[in-house]
Amino acid sequence: MTITDIQNKISEEFAVFDDWIDKYNLLVEMGKDLPLIDARYKTNNHLISGCQSKVWLHAAYEDGKVIFTADSDAVITRGIISLLIRMYSGQKPEDILNSDLSFLDDIGLKDQLSPNRSNGLLSMIKQMKLYAQVFKLKSDTESNH
Amino acid sequence: MFDLEAIREQFPALHQKVYNKPLVYFDNAATTHKPLAIIERISHYYRCENSNIHRGVHYLSQQATEAFEEARRFAASMINAVKAHEIIFTKGATEAINLAAHSFGRMRMKPGSSILVTAMEHHSNLVPWQQLCLEYNGKLLVTPMDELGQIDLQAYTQLLDQQPVIVAITHTSNALGTINPVKTMIRMAHDRNIPVLVDGAQAIAHTEIDVQDLDCDFFAFSAHKAYGPMGAGLLYGKEKWLEAMPPYQFGGEMVDSVSFDKTTFNVLPFKFEAGTPNVEAVLGMETALRFIRNTGYEAIATHEKELLDYATAQLSQIPGIRFFGQAPEKASVISFLISDVHPFDLGTLLDKMGIAVRTGHHCAQPVMDFFNIPGTVRASFAVYNTTHEIDTFVAAVKKAALMLS
Repeated sequence: MTITDIQNKISEEFAVFDDWIDKYNLLVEMGKDLPLIDARYKTNNHLISGCQSKVWLHAAYEDGKVIFTADSDAVITRGIISLLIRMYSGQKPEDILNSDLSFLDDIGLKDQLSPNRSNGLLSMIKQMKLYAQVFKLKSDTESNH
Repeated sequence: MFDLEAIREQFPALHQKVYNKPLVYFDNAATTHKPLAIIERISHYYRCENSNIHRGVHYLSQQATEAFEEARRFAASMINAVKAHEIIFTKGATEAINLAAHSFGRMRMKPGSSILVTAMEHHSNLVPWQQLCLEYNGKLLVTPMDELGQIDLQAYTQLLDQQPVIVAITHTSNALGTINPVKTMIRMAHDRNIPVLVDGAQAIAHTEIDVQDLDCDFFAFSAHKAYGPMGAGLLYGKEKWLEAMPPYQFGGEMVDSVSFDKTTFNVLPFKFEAGTPNVEAVLGMETALRFIRNTGYEAIATHEKELLDYATAQLSQIPGIRFFGQAPEKASVISFLISDVHPFDLGTLLDKMGIAVRTGHHCAQPVMDFFNIPGTVRASFAVYNTTHEIDTFVAAVKKAALMLS
């Protein structure tokens, strides 16, 4: 599935609920499906700054695709990061870099995007795109040789 | 006669829905909402009085100057300062403490000097002193607290014996709610000729302050935590100190005469008020202090104590709840965690149920380190909160805890 397809699917899942608390309940549930980071990567090196809760993120590059794993000490943050991983993990770096995130409006997470939010959704997205950028540069360099 | 409904009527921001739920605002230790009188006072200033103060010969400037100086006189009377010029207007408690640290602190510090604070200081009454110590290769001494969040007075005595150049203590802890025995602590410091600054940011909205009775050397607070506007606060200082202290910032207003060779400085309080001040916020602060005086500290304290006791009793019934800050003398602040639920999770879900609380370290990271926790959920009450809101809050906490377990 493309990133847009996945975003549409996520939007549909959230659209079922009217009450904000139910949307967040879904987020909590999604957190349980998070592809967990290998324990050996759960170090300060993989910690994303800018979050009130801790988020560890790891990225690998396999067959032209970025594979993300993560964990958090807060349940809702785990839900948010699992949503991002569902969207980005297994995608090509350029698709990650070109992705549009306006779907976050639809599912009601837009308020989490303002720079003062303590959950660090912005920091997570930034870090994921940074990884994509690095992998893209690496593969561009290699294909030039 | 305390009329809660009449008080709530004065606060327009309370009467709104967030996420389709009636707002329950329990983040008052961060900032309170503002009564209509303050909103109207600020509006009136810009509609009718706006002009730069202290320098114009024209009518409006004189009116604004008079209003500004009346605000100073009122603030002085509110905390029982001896003289109006012992009140230095600042943009808040943080700037007030920075002023004291930079001016008074530098005047007293010598290489190797020490400064004494407590383990429960807000960063604003910790970092300025810590940085000053670093600058002078000095030592920051910290009075410890116990598990209930009470100051260890015996340790305090011993630390005073190290002759710190100043003691800086919070009147009321923002993270734990502890009300410190500041009067006793000041007397103990004065017995050793050590001056004391009191951070009153969390006190001024809740309890009567008499700087002469306390005998503190400095007292700082922000208007916005006491129903007033943001961007105004004050530093009270004893006249003898303020006279001796060098200016903190330089510019217009604070000067007497200026040539390219030298500058002589204005008298108190102006030598500490460089530049055009936040006039409308200072006027709003006066209105806020009048609101508090009219409501009455006794009535406020009685109501807030009722809210604190009721909320503590209701929350205590939740399995796995842990309270941080259980000193017998406590302000209307409840810091808590439930089992191993992350405070961020709890706060986020409460928000979605219309309830505003604070989560995190509350700008008091050493306090969190002491309890070895990442942060807490903090509910803090003001004069306009109700027991009905507490019921809503407790039900929401239970629901959130269930979702997260």
